[in-house]
Amino acid sequence: MAEVVTLTEAVRELVHDGDTVAFEGFTHLIPHAAGHEVIRQGRHDLTLVRLTPDVIYDQLIGMGCASRLIFSWGGNPGVGSLHRLRDAVEHGWPVPLEIEEHSHAGMAAAYSAGAANLPFGVLRGYAGTDLPAHTPTASWIDCPFTGERLAAVRALRPDVGIVHAQRADPAGNVQLWGISGVQKETVLASARALVTVEEIVPELTPRPGATILPGWVVTAVAAAPGGAHPSYAHGYYDRDNDFYRRWDAISRDRDRFQEWMRRHVLETRDVGEYRSSLAEAATA
Amino acid sequence: MSENGYTAAEMMAVAAARRLEDGTVCFVGIGLPSRAANLARATHAPGCVLIYESGTIGAKPSHLPLSIGDGELAETADAVVSVPEIFGYWLQGGRIDVGFLSAAQIDRFGNLNSTVIGDYEHPKVRLPGGGGAPEIAASCRETLVMLEHTPRAFVDRLDFVTTVGYGDGPGARERYGLTGRGVTAVITDLGVLEPDPATFELTLTALHPGVTVDRVREATGWPLRVAERVEVGAAPTDRELEALRSLRTVEERSGG
Repeated sequence: MAEVVTLTEAVRELVHDGDTVAFEGFTHLIPHAAGHEVIRQGRHDLTLVRLTPDVIYDQLIGMGCASRLIFSWGGNPGVGSLHRLRDAVEHGWPVPLEIEEHSHAGMAAAYSAGAANLPFGVLRGYAGTDLPAHTPTASWIDCPFTGERLAAVRALRPDVGIVHAQRADPAGNVQLWGISGVQKETVLASARALVTVEEIVPELTPRPGATILPGWVVTAVAAAPGGAHPSYAHGYYDRDNDFYRRWDAISRDRDRFQEWMRRHVLETRDVGEYRSSLAEAATA
Repeated sequence: MSENGYTAAEMMAVAAARRLEDGTVCFVGIGLPSRAANLARATHAPGCVLIYESGTIGAKPSHLPLSIGDGELAETADAVVSVPEIFGYWLQGGRIDVGFLSAAQIDRFGNLNSTVIGDYEHPKVRLPGGGGAPEIAASCRETLVMLEHTPRAFVDRLDFVTTVGYGDGPGARERYGLTGRGVTAVITDLGVLEPDPATFELTLTALHPGVTVDRVREATGWPLRVAERVEVGAAPTDRELEALRSLRTVEERSGG
């Protein structure tokens, strides 16, 4: 059964220097609060995994937590570049960042293989592109039945999978709905799984179309209300599109970025303080 | 702004939207393609099925999403499925008519770069990467591409092949096992390029009103082939312009 703990305890226990960590979320339910806690606790040398690294990965990378990134699309959706990611790849600041690059379909197949305890995933893809020349975890396999040559991608098996969801019960059973990305696969592919939730309720009421992660596949659950911001939690709050737009200017400059991180992440203790610090900055 | 009161970017969106027939099942990239696909849905193609890679099938947003996973896409969708499912069962499964993409660079065979400018290991500009594009262009029955027509974008040689159009020409798609037809039109702010039926080389087949062939040549980084008969597309109608201009993201709408 999942242990219900504080986010501080969960990160301390589950995320170690040098780990491969997947903070998943496809635009929706991105585990920002967990990422902030990893930054506060000063983890480094992490291999970060995600289809769509966005602002929270920009922050982790810019704070020097990561030495490697496995991904398929790294940008600020609808806005432009991730400047901290670019600075790390283009100039090695603050530390060099190795990259391992796939397509979304390839990453999805790799997570699915990991969840299914297979050594690799298979798909029609990569052929004719320059990706396989740079990505040793993408290769080829001949179908034993038809002879068709298909792409093979090495299974993703993160040390820790971290996702955000709407609700959990005291036994750590998790319920999430709306756009669900690859969260289920991430939890099932990872050696340890941490789920942050908007709220812990006495009992989960059934909801059509919701994904259930039983407590016995989750290592720890931590309450982090508002913990997806600036991403959103369907049924709780909307995506803060304006924040994504503002992040472009904040992250463009190294000093401004560091100052922002100090004020809103390093000098806050949890989501509540982070949100208050943002509100104060907005009215200042 | 032209004398008729529309911009080149608006002409591009309108020309791209007109290519989507009503009822088409369309896998939509964010940005220019999303704007054009939603314009089509708001005008002549209300039955267009929009699919975003966040797993939202049949999304009917009333405003333009900023990201491919905005809440409204899920709220208005016929179904919301996981990312492995959208790429596996729906895209690779061969159920999508049109893939609608953009990119940073394109070459004469419709291959796309959205990965890097300069050397991969020592990039001049690190771009976001392929995302869903490589398999969208591999598996959709056909692919439409929209991008601004400049020599920086229309290059003789891509810095990186992220997404395959026609590779190095005839036979390449078959050799790579790509099931869809490939890029059938490139819609720019100057006109439309389509692959030559025999050589698959992109050829100028249509100009937007007021644009000359020479201007398109100058904006293309390879010696551009021009069709024997180059059509001139119709200027946006009032209805199209009105619909396009009323497509706004939430914040733009509320003035924020």
